[in-house]
Amino acid sequence: MSAPEPVFEAPWHAQLFALTVHLNEVGRFAWPDWADRFSATLKRHGVDKDLSGGDDYFNAWLETLEAYLSETGAALPQDVAQMRDAWEQAYLSTTHGQPVSLG
Amino acid sequence: MPHDHADHDHPHTLLPSDPALRVKALETILTQKGLIDPAALDEIIETYETKIGPRNGAHVVAKAWTDPAFKAALLKDATAVVSELGYYGRQGEHMIVVENTDEVHNIIVCTLCSCYPWPLLGIPPTWYKSDAYRARAVREPRKVLAEFGVTLLSDMSVRVWDSTAETRYLVLPQRPMGTDGMDEAALMDLITRDSMIGTGLASAP
Repeated sequence: MSAPEPVFEAPWHAQLFALTVHLNEVGRFAWPDWADRFSATLKRHGVDKDLSGGDDYFNAWLETLEAYLSETGAALPQDVAQMRDAWEQAYLSTTHGQPVSLG
Repeated sequence: MPHDHADHDHPHTLLPSDPALRVKALETILTQKGLIDPAALDEIIETYETKIGPRNGAHVVAKAWTDPAFKAALLKDATAVVSELGYYGRQGEHMIVVENTDEVHNIIVCTLCSCYPWPLLGIPPTWYKSDAYRARAVREPRKVLAEFGVTLLSDMSVRVWDSTAETRYLVLPQRPMGTDGMDEAALMDLITRDSMIGTGLASAP
């Protein structure tokens, strides 16, 4: 018997999945609306190449969620970019093995 | 790949990928605004990694194999029946169970994205989300099945069920020969994830 496949290939896939499910559960959007938007992104990404269903699938997922949160004002692109860079800096300035946190 | 220090010591913590950083950024912003509860995210991940998976679906199938009344109810109203077992959709979707017979083989797909019976099978495998499977399962199901090692007799028909956000399907595979007298727990071990997607058959004992 082969080893079971991991449920999520990468930790960020799991985080992104959970974030989206949670936002749905707290009523930020209806799941069918989400599926419509996500389908449209997948379709657009799949025009030039075949998506493998791994990272490319979750990249499309992330793009969909970012666009949705931007439209609703919950997380604006410039704030997301700034926060992303703050996390990057935090990782670069944290000694290996230490927990990473925003300054 | 940015920052992939495979062969030398790295003084700072390994930098996550760009999408991983963007996800962290979203989480931080939404948490600061009080729109999400980070503990709830951990709980969702934990649930999908440890509690929800194909064993749930196998439980339902094994029960259907051993209890004719349960099977009849399942085929009539799967949503109600699986909810009673504690398997219900977090997204409020409708569940339909389709039965394989000597005449018909069923296979599920989601051509638009990757809708899947999460409460019964957990998170879909990568191939289920690939463009190749999503497009070809509908166009050439027999060929796709053959690639999965499932060869059907030419007089059998194949039905392809296209899942949506509102309706998810589960295949009820045929009970293998030589399993008379086996109990629910023993039967569950024969029921693979792929057999409930339709890209496989239940294993022989």
